Amino acid sequence: MNFEPFVIPFNLGLYFILIYTVVRCIMWFQGLSRADKLRLQRGFFGRPFMQSIKEILSESLLHRRIFKVNPVLGYMHMSLAFGWFLLILFGTIEADYFGAHHLNPPSRAIFFRYFNPEHGAYGFAHIYGFWMDFLLAFILSGLLLAMSKRFRPRTMGMKKTTKHTIVDRIALTSLWLIFPSRLMAESLTCGANGSGSFLTGNLGALLASVMPAGEVAPLFWWLYSLSLGTFFVLLPVSRYFHIPVEMFLIFLRNSGIKSGDKASSFTEVELNACSSCGVCISTCQMSYAAGINNIQSAYLIKGLRTGKDVSDITMNCLMCGRCEEKCPVGIELGPLRMIQRREGKRINEEIPFLSQYSLKRNIVSTEKEPTHSYKYLAPGKEVKADVLFFAGCMTHLTPSIIVAMKKIFEEAGVNYHFMDADGGVCCGRPLMLAGRDREARELINHNSEIIWKSGAKMLVTSCPICYKVFRESYYLDVEVLHHTQFIDMLIDEGALRPGFMHEKVVYHDPCELGRGSGVYDEPRNIIGYVADLQQTVEDRSEALCCGGSIGNLSLSSEKRSLIAKDAISVLTKNNPSAVITACPLCKKTFSNASETKVMDIAELVVKALPSKTPKKVFIRQKKSAAETVKN
Amino acid sequence: MSQGEANRFGFTINKSRLINYDKGDQRVRNYITEREPSFRLCFSCGSCTATCTAGSHTTINLRRINVLIRRGDLDPIRDEVTRCMLCGKCYLTCPRGVNTRNVLALAAEAMKMRERNEL
Amino acid sequence: MTKHVVIAGGGVAGIEAAGALADLGQTVTIIEKETAAGGHVKRWHALFPDRRPAEEVKKYLSHRLKNKNITVINNTSVNRIRHHGHSLTVETSAGDNINADAVIVATGFDLFDAARKEEYGYGIYNNVITAPELEDMFNNDALVTRDGRKPSRIGFVHCVGSRDEKVCNHYCSKVCCVTAVKQAIEVREKLPDCEVFCFYMDMRMFGPYYEELYREAQEVHNINFIRGKVSEASNTINGRIAVKVEDTLAGRPLKMELDVLVLMTGMEMSRSGARLAETSGLTTGKNRFLSVTDNHIHSNRSNMHGVFYAGACTAPMNITDTISHARAAVMETVNYLSKL
Repeated sequence: MNFEPFVIPFNLGLYFILIYTVVRCIMWFQGLSRADKLRLQRGFFGRPFMQSIKEILSESLLHRRIFKVNPVLGYMHMSLAFGWFLLILFGTIEADYFGAHHLNPPSRAIFFRYFNPEHGAYGFAHIYGFWMDFLLAFILSGLLLAMSKRFRPRTMGMKKTTKHTIVDRIALTSLWLIFPSRLMAESLTCGANGSGSFLTGNLGALLASVMPAGEVAPLFWWLYSLSLGTFFVLLPVSRYFHIPVEMFLIFLRNSGIKSGDKASSFTEVELNACSSCGVCISTCQMSYAAGINNIQSAYLIKGLRTGKDVSDITMNCLMCGRCEEKCPVGIELGPLRMIQRREGKRINEEIPFLSQYSLKRNIVSTEKEPTHSYKYLAPGKEVKADVLFFAGCMTHLTPSIIVAMKKIFEEAGVNYHFMDADGGVCCGRPLMLAGRDREARELINHNSEIIWKSGAKMLVTSCPICYKVFRESYYLDVEVLHHTQFIDMLIDEGALRPGFMHEKVVYHDPCELGRGSGVYDEPRNIIGYVADLQQTVEDRSEALCCGGSIGNLSLSSEKRSLIAKDAISVLTKNNPSAVITACPLCKKTFSNASETKVMDIAELVVKALPSKTPKKVFIRQKKSAAETVKN
Repeated sequence: MSQGEANRFGFTINKSRLINYDKGDQRVRNYITEREPSFRLCFSCGSCTATCTAGSHTTINLRRINVLIRRGDLDPIRDEVTRCMLCGKCYLTCPRGVNTRNVLALAAEAMKMRERNEL
Repeated sequence: MTKHVVIAGGGVAGIEAAGALADLGQTVTIIEKETAAGGHVKRWHALFPDRRPAEEVKKYLSHRLKNKNITVINNTSVNRIRHHGHSLTVETSAGDNINADAVIVATGFDLFDAARKEEYGYGIYNNVITAPELEDMFNNDALVTRDGRKPSRIGFVHCVGSRDEKVCNHYCSKVCCVTAVKQAIEVREKLPDCEVFCFYMDMRMFGPYYEELYREAQEVHNINFIRGKVSEASNTINGRIAVKVEDTLAGRPLKMELDVLVLMTGMEMSRSGARLAETSGLTTGKNRFLSVTDNHIHSNRSNMHGVFYAGACTAPMNITDTISHARAAVMETVNYLSKL
């Protein structure tokens, strides 16, 4: 017996998805820029190739990153992915080794038990059969966990799980039917023929004792085939398309391809690589602290794939980067959202179901119409200095930072000029976060001119938001330092000699400084030097966001304060005497939500300076102390 | 300075100084309130205007913009709403928690749409 | 029959309640957390609206305490109140458990910590002070800047820590407006060459002769009122304070240099009172003050049988209303005691 009608759904589905995926990947490849195409070609024949294979093994199959989020969750994903992979692999070997021919169509492997019902009673075949049953049991254990995750996400360490669309639900149902129906089908066939191993054999025997197993079996073989077929056919328009696309993405990423400022072929690949695993939702503070559950990256991606209007979702995000940090597929969630923010108004037509299969999507990008103009800015006053201090808009509302920085500059004898003492012009990043790069450029040009004309070699800013934009979007000749890096440098050089205070403090990594700019060590160096720095959970690249973010244009103050209070409760778990921040917005946001004292690093350092003069007297006398220090 | 700018947009007829509430254009106010409900909370204390970054460089009066939008008197502020730098200080100083930053961003959008009769 | 009432807090409300109860023949114990009873009024120099010396009211209050039925325990706070059959047990910080037939909670208010509004520069710049600190200067007859100069311009900022959702105090502290006007007039009287400015959002002159005081401030004393909430203060080279505010009535931003900036800090629920409420199960409202059973007709009653409220622990209050409120609390208490 070589052929039965029930294998048709499976075959159709399988050939469809194989061809579709290959063609789609080719279309994506063709859509890449020339430079990216070269990168990918080099990547295929160079070291990145082995890297990609390694990553596919460790992430797509073994899901290491998900294990880090939660071991049970990791096991669940792994058992389904790796288990199924092994089942296919060993099933194919089984069919080739034990079967009549040595090269068989996939259906012989998948439906092996049907075509070889008496197989596996003794000898090596029996041992092999045991292994196949073991793999099936492995997958089924994961399936059980997956079901409980859908109904009780907390058991997997997830605070929330993704909401599904209709298509997702059908695809999910067909996926969940595959293995139970295989189990039933194999068991019934084995039960009717007295074969099978520990799982299929025993279950089969049980079933055969209560029903005519041989006659019921075909029903389940049909179900097995249909569920496989349906799953394959729905793959391209469901979250499960990530199975093949993730592998393609890994190759692209390891070849050095990144998303740019606009939607591209690469971003299309990223959109289809999202598995809707829900880790981004679970890790999002807006979700678990503020109860907002419809704006996370998974929903943005889902919306974009189906052509929905995502304008409400796009702007309502703290841009803190926590989701991107934890995404198991490694999708650049931040840049994806920024691309959407830069888009102008679109006539949004939801893509009809069948069109979602189309191989070539026209990536239409509209430019945002400029709504702001800064022609009114007069060129700034010309000043000359070695070092410029840019406080930034936010720091003006936390003047203790300015006072502390002034003191530090004087103590270290630095020839500095306070660039925006009178209020200055915004650095431009808030505009960029709103997707208005063109308009931000006007502000950037204005500030850049002042910086060039001053002849300064160094630009120090106390605000991480300004720091990030100075480094990434200004084209400056000067060295740009965040005030933590500056103070660290001064302490290293001996220009600043603060003492040590026996105070237990904790440090909060600001989003724009930590994940945003990669500055984690300098603040810790400074604090460790002057006080007793305590560790907190969720720090460095996993740090919490204060909630104050200007990246979110529409979040209400009520919700922000919920997020701030939650973050503070984590930071102050072990009752430090103060929370130290390096960002004026974090300081302001936390001060409004915290019982514990919140201080900026500059204030902490000034507090630790030994030649402390009483606070309420001017420091004119200290000039002599400053003269002895390196200029 | 503000006098000259108002005349640039072709209003050569001397408009009455009266706010005619019945003839006001409430569309921008409605557009904003739908998307930013905290707009309703403003009680005109002026602290947003005082702290405004752009305010040190040009005429941009956030409190006045809010009031005029609510009165439906939009022409005097057409130009003003485009001057906001979106820095966010206004939101941080507001004692009522009005998200003035979002209000201004939406106002600029709405004014543009109004010009094109899309509102 | 003589019953024993414990009063938590020996401020204006506590003392008045004690005096009234003692007059009616009850035994009273006042438990006061500071070193002496008297509350915040101890710090005031003159009281609005007529600017009569606070000394007179302080004298009245200390006279009230001169009753053999009243015992005052200082340096102690009340940690918890619990039921004990038909009476109550009051646990103090000294470790004592005092038996009481009824308890009046009169823990009053705390002043808002001006350092929380960092943009005003309290604790950062020398010449930014709070209203009570100005009152201290009146008491010491030392109206000078921190570096010893005679001020030529003093500014008052209304609504510091009140009507401000950023510090979670949505409510109005009621008395700061009239206090600012009173202090402004006092400054003008003591320093006739000093200009005075009040930066306000509204002028809340709610009591008898308060509005007349406002009129006097403008008419007689030439005090300047600028409608606008100060957004930030910074200091200048010569130690003066520069404020940024919008003159909303002129419709334009305004910048000004002053010698001294006085912050009208509002009232908050007292910390010790809040702790007491938490441990004893007394309900507090969204404004964190104690909740009364009925805002109109039972503004002294609590959610706990035998426990009554007097004074600013329920809401910001001036001295006149605090004394009335305390007397009303006594009436409720005596009524309750008679039914025991």
